[in-house]
Amino acid sequence: MRRESATGTLTPAVSDSDHAEGPSSAPVTLVEYGDYECPSCGGAFPIVKELQQKMGSDMRFVFRNFPLREAHPHALHAAIAAEAVGAHGDKKFWAMHDVLYEHQDALTDADLAAYASDLGVSEAEITNAFEVGAFADRVRADFRNGVRSGVNGTPTFFINGERYDGDWRDVTAFLSALRSAAKVHA
Amino acid sequence: MATNGSSKDRELLPIGTQAPDFSLHATPDQRVSLSDFRGQPVVLVFYPADFSPVCGDQVALYNEMLDEFSATNAQVLGISVDGAWCHLAFGKSRNLHFPLLSDFEPKGEVSKQYGAYHDDNGESSRALFVLDATGVVRWNHLSPDGINPGADGILRALDALTPEQRGATPAGRAS
Repeated sequence: MRRESATGTLTPAVSDSDHAEGPSSAPVTLVEYGDYECPSCGGAFPIVKELQQKMGSDMRFVFRNFPLREAHPHALHAAIAAEAVGAHGDKKFWAMHDVLYEHQDALTDADLAAYASDLGVSEAEITNAFEVGAFADRVRADFRNGVRSGVNGTPTFFINGERYDGDWRDVTAFLSALRSAAKVHA
Repeated sequence: MATNGSSKDRELLPIGTQAPDFSLHATPDQRVSLSDFRGQPVVLVFYPADFSPVCGDQVALYNEMLDEFSATNAQVLGISVDGAWCHLAFGKSRNLHFPLLSDFEPKGEVSKQYGAYHDDNGESSRALFVLDATGVVRWNHLSPDGINPGADGILRALDALTPEQRGATPAGRAS
């Protein structure tokens, strides 16, 4: 039997358990499903920064993991390392997130442990998280939820829970989509 | 069923019909038949071409999800008109762990049977089918060529299969 598609609606919705930058009261929430080793996500990284800067307190940005392990051999461990660092506070999570996107060509396990160590998180804590445990589970859960929400590659963006199918490279169009979402919500 | 806008586009093989069997090269010296997978659900992924950017993302996504597909007992098969040597190179370059079948000679014959062929450019269209354990079409979807359809529709269709349709019972395995 054919079931109606609900393609492109974010499930689960953004909650306190997400890593978020910006006020939870913001009229727009932008969610990215990303992979730290994916070149396109690397290209989106400065664009998101620009959007954050232009939207200011009108936007909250949330990052969820979507590592394509077969295509990007370091992506899974990078995602787990970011989550493990994130257990020490969202500020550290975002610092790690930024470091990883700024060093996409250096994401070996040793690199990841060194970045964590620079942020005051022990190397052992990172390497122990790679195979089993809550952080690896969280990354897998993000991936599964992403697929169910209609993530079809990386990066995939959701604006207030709806998948954004426009070209994210077009900053002007992206910004206007975010602004109109802000107006609808206001 | 929506088409891609060309009057020459065919209608997808409808839900509820028995999927026609086929035998296609998976590698230069090995053929795979649809009937090999009788007794389990099959996800047929028709796509235009190896190495084109959107297909790359689409097959990369399914490749990451093989655990999830096999949790529902399903087998994924990719099909395009590319030759077996091309599939081999594409599969290696993307580290793919599911078969890519070559609808190469006679060109596009299987794609045509499933309504998943563009006569105007001679490529398979971006069509998805979920077949149950007895080979009946339970879900289909045609995506515009430039749009990666993702996997959420496939997963919902697999979730909707009854245990018999999944081949989880002895009756479903009879073949």
